[in-house]
Amino acid sequence: MPDNTEAQVVLRLDQITKTFGAYTANDAVSLTLHKGEVISLLGENGAGKTTLMNILFGQYTADSGTVEVMGTALPPGNPRAALDAGVGMVHQHFTLAGNMTVLENVTLGTQSLLSLRQTHSAARARIAQLARDFKLSVDPGARVGTLTVGQRQRVEILKALYRDARILILDEPTAVLTPQETTDLFETLRKAVSLGLSIIFISHKLHEVMAISDRVVILRHGKVVHEGRASDTDRHDLAARMVGGEVAAPKAEPGTPGAPLLSLRGVSTPDKGAAPGLKSLDFTLHAGQITGLAGVSGNGQAALAALVGGVIRPASGSLSLDGADVVRWTPREAIHAGIARIPEDRHKTGTIADFDLTENAILETYKDVPFSRHGWMSWRAARDFAERIITGYDVRCPGPGTRIRLLSGGNMQKLILGRVMEGSPRIILANQPVRGLDIGAVNYVHSQLLAARDRGATVLLISEDLDEIMALSDVIHVISEGRLSPPFARGSMTPAELGIWMAGHGFEERAHAS
Amino acid sequence: MRLEPIANPSLVRTLMPPALAIAATVVIASLLAMLAGANPFSVLGLIIKGAFGSKFALLETLNRATPLIFTGLAVAVAFRARLWNIGAEAQLYAGALVVAVMGAGLLDWPSALLLPFMAIAAMLAGALVLLVPALLKVRLGVDEVVTTLLINFIFLLFVSMLLEGPLKDPMGMGWPKSARMIDEARLPRIAEGLRLHWGFGLALIAAGITWVIGARTTLGYEMRAVGLNREAAEFAGIPVGRVLIKTALLSGGLAALAGYSEVAGLKGNLTLDLSPGFGYTGIIVAMLALLNPLGVIAAALFVAGIFVGADSMSRAASVPTYLADIMLATALLLMVVAILLTRFRVVRE
Repeated sequence: MPDNTEAQVVLRLDQITKTFGAYTANDAVSLTLHKGEVISLLGENGAGKTTLMNILFGQYTADSGTVEVMGTALPPGNPRAALDAGVGMVHQHFTLAGNMTVLENVTLGTQSLLSLRQTHSAARARIAQLARDFKLSVDPGARVGTLTVGQRQRVEILKALYRDARILILDEPTAVLTPQETTDLFETLRKAVSLGLSIIFISHKLHEVMAISDRVVILRHGKVVHEGRASDTDRHDLAARMVGGEVAAPKAEPGTPGAPLLSLRGVSTPDKGAAPGLKSLDFTLHAGQITGLAGVSGNGQAALAALVGGVIRPASGSLSLDGADVVRWTPREAIHAGIARIPEDRHKTGTIADFDLTENAILETYKDVPFSRHGWMSWRAARDFAERIITGYDVRCPGPGTRIRLLSGGNMQKLILGRVMEGSPRIILANQPVRGLDIGAVNYVHSQLLAARDRGATVLLISEDLDEIMALSDVIHVISEGRLSPPFARGSMTPAELGIWMAGHGFEERAHAS
Repeated sequence: MRLEPIANPSLVRTLMPPALAIAATVVIASLLAMLAGANPFSVLGLIIKGAFGSKFALLETLNRATPLIFTGLAVAVAFRARLWNIGAEAQLYAGALVVAVMGAGLLDWPSALLLPFMAIAAMLAGALVLLVPALLKVRLGVDEVVTTLLINFIFLLFVSMLLEGPLKDPMGMGWPKSARMIDEARLPRIAEGLRLHWGFGLALIAAGITWVIGARTTLGYEMRAVGLNREAAEFAGIPVGRVLIKTALLSGGLAALAGYSEVAGLKGNLTLDLSPGFGYTGIIVAMLALLNPLGVIAAALFVAGIFVGADSMSRAASVPTYLADIMLATALLLMVVAILLTRFRVVRE
């Protein structure tokens, strides 16, 4: 670990302030990054982490304050200058062209448009060298569309390194990785640090933050509220500083399983592009139980969620609810049968951004009394319902007439939660229910799921966050390439053991054994 | 310079840009009038006078606005649901064709029966013309911009064929026009001696009903949901395909009423120059109205006023009537920019 007082300063953010209208996203934020150092940037959603990084990378212009890289000030609002100065950013959502090869993706934009001669062999050698130096194994000739998420992330990092990045910014890099891939990533990062690079690591996962970083900087409401060495603190302390108070995660006592509610037998769905379909799945949801579905995203979770939610129908196999065949149901029938659906993407599928809270609250039930009769809307009833959700689920907003795009992710999720929970559902399909939420909202959502389970509902919890799955689930399945692992009882597996299944191992042996 | 989104635009910010767009249109039109060698103030004065300056002018403007309200509504309804109906022209002619055939003696009914019947038949015809591209879109994913646009040309040629053949008026001195309609098939005037027919009243009622459908019915809610976020609508269980079909039927029917009102109200028979692009101008009207059915009335009056005013201006000031087209084009372009500016703020580096 470098000595912070003497090591060379590579990046200095000085008194950065950025406002959006009346809202202050960054309030005089200062930050210093040294050579060979890893800083973790922590903070709840809306604390200003992304804004700060966007200013550093030149995507936003700060109202005041300066950005200095290697001692020279960066011109504001110029991503090109940031790139040239050696700042590389690995976004949470990759910016790769799927139909091009790794080599083409990495060199994209580095060659002059006017140069006709392509210097592929030199580039190939350089990438191979970088891959060796940083332990980033990936085939330069492979098409990016065929790579796994973990491999794509390596391509993103290679892209930054190829441009001679000296400062790497990683925005929630582990959100999409298996535990093993995370270990590999950390090894690469340590390698990079030993070669003199500096890293800013943005994450919600506190144990990762503790594992990788030299220093931790916490933002709250746009201000730096804590800055210190990682070794001087612990996870509990960081969590408390992030939210500005003590946090109590809901305690998940084991549930008592009841009768089977929903069963899937031999269900298959066709592959959809790169996303695998389900491969002859058998599984049952029992009342009074939380079933966790662990797995790296894009392994069939979407198909399973769409199936249970009534959005798609299986190519073969059967679905039965209370013993009755429901294989051909629609979303409306699923809702009326008592299925609460918390969709994976609350912005794209859960809500309509330009509808107000009232209109969003009745999105699934607008055709039912009292919200409409004989095709005529009753906006008064809809508004009352929205107000009931707002108070009952603590949705912070100016009122039911507010467009939902103005709400934070947590408040948006609370509205969705209220919308689906108000009908006392028997089956709750929670697909990534806390992705991107701050700790307060996470605890709220989790306690609601636990309360529903204790009422006798069954919960299917789909998450990429193994910690979340292990904390809440009574039974865990792992999904990989559309195949489902056998059920594992609470506490019977370690994260590493689950990680092996998540990486796709164990399924073949099982097929041989049976 | 760059654009940054504005979270919650104020009322002033919402209303200013359209006002500025109209003001800028006036400035640009003035410059062009100067280029044509006329005094811009007198040209603008003549346009306003020609559009609204007298009872005759005003009635002419209202008459001209009538088909534009219908086509504007048709486009607004469809665009709200993100069904890009560029084919209001064909739907208008479908309505006109039905009226011209039924009203020229085919049905010997009293007015009270014949007029509503023809209106319904015209709407069905227009709905049918848009149903085909809508089904192709919903079932096969065929781009409706292409299909509805191309159907315009096909349908106009089809009408041309009919007017040269089976529908040709034997008394028409060889001109390609259909036979005159019986008196029972003509829309009466709103008041005796007033050169304004009930088509205008019908247009206002249609705008009101369209507004009510949009704001107060489940269909309107569904249409808006599908238009704003199709994926979320689908997930919530809104039958997107069926909603798009219903939208298409409503939109096509409204456009057909433009043809109905022009033939039964104004012209009395069908010719190939029945519509000088009312279907296309309806797109401008709907965009200027921000797809609001009640706004369509105001936008249609504005657009009709410019056309009528420019006609009368060009007779008096010898500036070509093309000025009207340019004014509408600039108004539309500036409006698009203006809408952008209500949602985004320009940041200077």
